[in-house]
Amino acid sequence: MSAELATTRADLAPSSTGTRLLDLAERHRVLLAGLFLLVFPLVLPFHALAIVVLTYGLYALGFNLLFGYLGLLSFGHAALFGGGAYLCGIALVHAGVPWWLGILAGTLGGVLIAFLIGIIAIRTRGIYFAMVTLALAQCVYYLFYQAVDWTGGENGLRLPSLTTINVFGLQLNFVDSLTRYYVIAAFVFASLFILSRILASPFGAVIEGIRENEARARACGYDVSRSRLLAFVLSGGFCGLAGSLQAIHLAIVPVEMLGIETSGLAVMMCLLGGMGTFFGPFVGAAVFLVLENLVSVYTVHWQLVVGVVFIVCVLFFPRGIWGSILHWSRR
Amino acid sequence: MSAPVSDVILRTDSVGRTFGKFVALKDVSAEFRRGALTSIIGPNGAGKSTYFNLLSGSLAPSSGKVTFEGQDVTGLPQHRFAHLGIAKSFQITNVFPQLSVRENVRIAAQALKTRFDIWRPRAGMAEFLDVADELLKTVGLWPRRFELASALAHGEQRALEIGMALASRPRLLLLDEPTAGMSPEETRTMMDLIVQLATERTIILVEHKMKLVMGICDRLLVLHHGELLAEGTPDEIRRNETVKRVYLGQREH
Ligand SMILES: Nc1ncnc2c1ncn2[C@@H]1O[C@H](COP(=O)(O)OP(=O)(O)OP(=O)(O)O)[C@@H](O)[C@H]1O
Ligand SMILES: [Mg+2]
Repeated sequence: MSAELATTRADLAPSSTGTRLLDLAERHRVLLAGLFLLVFPLVLPFHALAIVVLTYGLYALGFNLLFGYLGLLSFGHAALFGGGAYLCGIALVHAGVPWWLGILAGTLGGVLIAFLIGIIAIRTRGIYFAMVTLALAQCVYYLFYQAVDWTGGENGLRLPSLTTINVFGLQLNFVDSLTRYYVIAAFVFASLFILSRILASPFGAVIEGIRENEARARACGYDVSRSRLLAFVLSGGFCGLAGSLQAIHLAIVPVEMLGIETSGLAVMMCLLGGMGTFFGPFVGAAVFLVLENLVSVYTVHWQLVVGVVFIVCVLFFPRGIWGSILHWSRR
Repeated sequence: MSAPVSDVILRTDSVGRTFGKFVALKDVSAEFRRGALTSIIGPNGAGKSTYFNLLSGSLAPSSGKVTFEGQDVTGLPQHRFAHLGIAKSFQITNVFPQLSVRENVRIAAQALKTRFDIWRPRAGMAEFLDVADELLKTVGLWPRRFELASALAHGEQRALEIGMALASRPRLLLLDEPTAGMSPEETRTMMDLIVQLATERTIILVEHKMKLVMGICDRLLVLHHGELLAEGTPDEIRRNETVKRVYLGQREH
C-alpha cells in the first residue's frame, strides 16, 4: 500500500522515463502542489467548492499521516477537525481575538485534543484503536454539545463574519471568494510544506518502519508508543488547522462537524484518493465533493451514487485513485 | 574490543517465565562472558526462545533478574535494550518488507541518534547511509541495496536482519536460530558470517541443531524442559552423560 516513500523511492534503482518523471514530481512535490493551488480555482470556478476541497483535503491529509503512513485507523478524527473549528470559533466569538489568532487557537486545540485522545488510544491496536478513538470522539462531541454557553449547543456556533482581514498590514476583502480561496490556500500550502518535511525527516522513516513492522522498530530502539503519540499530535495539528479554516470560511461551526460521519468522511476521502500518498487525500476530497455537488443537482439520492462510486473504487482500485495512478505509471 | 575472558557481560539469576500455569522456563542462572560466542541449545520447545526473549527484553521474566554490564535490566521496555548496547535478530524473519534493503538498515542506524527529529531531511544525513552501506557489505547484501526487502530470498532476509541488528553498534548480539529454514548452502554462508562477527563482539546464539554450533562456539548452555541441563565448553558438553541421554541420544545419533 505504501506508495510514496521519500528516501526509499530515491533509493530504488532508476528505470523508465515515466518513473523518472514521477520521481521528479515527487522530489518537487511541494512546488507542484503550490502551482496546482494557484490554478485550481480557475479549473474549478465554483470558488466555495474549491475552498471546501482544500479544507477537507487538509483534514484528510492529517488523517492520512496516521492512517496511511503510520498504519493506525482512527474513527475519531472528527474530534480533531471539529474540535479545532470550535476552539477557533470560541477564540473569535468569546475572546474577540483577530482572525489569525483564532486559527492558531484552533490548530493548537487540535494538537491538545489529539494529545488527550492519543495518550489513551495509542496503547491499543487495530480494531481496538478504531473503537477507542471513536468512543473518545463521542465524548468530545458530548462535551461541546453540552457547553451551550460556549458552543451554541445544537444550533452550532456562529462566528462573526469576516469582511476584511488584515494580512501583514494589507487589508484584504474576505468577502471576495477568490481572495478567500487564496488566503486559505496559503495555509494549505504551508501545511503541505510541513508535511513534506516531516515525511522526509528521520521521524518520517520511523513511522513507516512502525507501520511495516512494529516489533522490529522496537528492537531497533524506537519507542513505538511515543512515536505514535507524536504522529497523532501532528495529525491533530493539521486537522485542527483544517477545522479552523473551515469555521472561518463557513462563519459557523455546526455540531455535526464533531459527529461520527465527519470521522467517516476522512476515512472515505483518504481511501478514495489513496492512503499513504502525498496528494491522495486532496484527490479524494476533490472527487468526493465535486461528485456530491454534481449529483445532488440531479437527485436527492446523491449519497447513494457517491456510495456506489466509493465501493467500486475500493473494490477495483484498492490503492485509491492517486495511488493507482502512481502504481500503474511505475510498472 | 576484546576484554578479558573472565569479564561477565550478561548474567541471569534464577530467571523463570510462566505462561498462565505453564512453566516455560524455570530458575535459569547463567553467566555470559564478554567476547565469547555462547550457544544456547536444546530440543524444540525446550524454552530457548523464551530464555532468549528474556535476555533481549521482548519478554519480562516472571521471576529472577537479568543483569547487563552490572546494570539491572529486568523488565525494561524493549526499545531501551538497543540503547543499552544489546541487539537481536528474531527466530521468525523480521524486517521492514516494503522498504528498500538499504532503508531497512538506515532506519536501524538512525535509531539511537535521531529519535523525534521531524524537520531535517534524512537524505542529507550521510552518516547513516554510510553505516548502512558498510553493514550491507558486511552481510553481503550491498549489490541488492536498492531492492525491496520483500524481494530478498529467505536467507538474505535473515542476513539483512543481522545487518539491522549491527546498526546500533551493539556490544552484545543475540541471534535466535539465524539458520532456521535455510538451505544447507545458505546455512554455511550464515555460519561463516557469524564466526566472522564473533571476532569483534559478544554473541549469544540460539540453535537447536547442535552439530552446527559445536565447532564454532566457546561455550554452550543446554536447556531441556525449561531447565538448564548443562553448561560448559563444547568438549564438556559432548562428554556430558545427561546431555547425551536426553539430547544427543534422541536427535543426533
Ligand atoms: N507466548 C506463549 N504462550 C504460551 N506458551 C508459550 C509461549 N511462548 C512459548 N510457549 C511455550 O513454551 C515452551 C517453550 O517455547 P520456546 O519457544 O521457548 O521453545 P524453543 O526452545 O525456542 O523451541 P524451538 O526450537 O521450537 O524454537 C513451548 O512449549 C511453547 O509452547
Ligand atoms: Mg525458539
